[in-house]
Amino acid sequence: MTEMTLKGASDADALVIGERRLASRLLMGSGGYPNQQAMLDSLAAGEPGLVTVAIRRISLEGYAESVVDLLGERYALLPNTAGCATVRDAVLTAELAREALDTNWVKLELIGDRETLYPDVVQLLQATEELVRKGFVVLPYCNEDPVTCRKLADVGAAAVMPLGSPIGSGLGIVNPYAIERIVATSPVPVILDAGIGTASDAALAMELGCDGVLLNTAVARAHDPRRMAEAMRLAIRAGRAARLAGRIPKRTLAEPSSPQLGLIGG
Amino acid sequence: MTAQIRVNGKDETLTVATVAELLAARGVTKPKGVAVALNGAVVPAARWPEARLAPGDRIEIVRPFGGG
Repeated sequence: MTEMTLKGASDADALVIGERRLASRLLMGSGGYPNQQAMLDSLAAGEPGLVTVAIRRISLEGYAESVVDLLGERYALLPNTAGCATVRDAVLTAELAREALDTNWVKLELIGDRETLYPDVVQLLQATEELVRKGFVVLPYCNEDPVTCRKLADVGAAAVMPLGSPIGSGLGIVNPYAIERIVATSPVPVILDAGIGTASDAALAMELGCDGVLLNTAVARAHDPRRMAEAMRLAIRAGRAARLAGRIPKRTLAEPSSPQLGLIGG
Repeated sequence: MTAQIRVNGKDETLTVATVAELLAARGVTKPKGVAVALNGAVVPAARWPEARLAPGDRIEIVRPFGGG
């Protein structure tokens, strides 16, 4: 198959969140790269549909080059509320992000525990509801729990973003059955967020039926970030194609693939 | 006039009167990518010149950084 028909096929199969058509099912973070050039090279290789950014207090002593100047022209930016532990802080961060970036999209993080960075589900639901009411397109980072995901969709989340494993852990998808169940029951797109370690994890997420994958550390901290970004881009496409193709059922015994008649001897 | 104001979590004694003057004094000249909240409410860039600072105010000045 040529590059062109592959591209055409992926265009027809674009991920739509809210009313927006994303250029790719791979979403990438912009944090933790060894240097700025490595980030730019990785994003260029990954061709992400959205790039996440954090909102932080500026250093009043040094006003360095902004990530908006670096990335704003080339990529659609998705601000996050990373590190927020209360509904109030998360909502204000989303409102500041809307002002700073002129977008009403937000990746909502409400962290309930510093060690695992697990979401605080009660506050996550409250903040989702409040931000939706304020006109935001809310993409909540959440537990890999079908009930939580359904409740988030019920209060207006535009997509749900269950974790594969803890943020930055690289453990991959530790509960694929839960992710499969979320995919089967979610009325909104499912983006696997957090825990991706290598390309096969991203491919698995897509094979399980996720609509997209958001990753950061797996690329940013790889020995060669640009090459890993390329691997992720290919893995997402491969996994999506495999999902659409429909995998064979798993069996515990062999099923011969050669004819059983016409064997010589005997 | 001097006033005790909490800027990005740090108490400071300021002589500026408005949000716009505070930002200018700190070298934050271009509004692109910068956002401000005064006492927990966002102040749009267009209103920085008229947003007056009073003793005890809390101001947050933020911008996007790399993140996941």
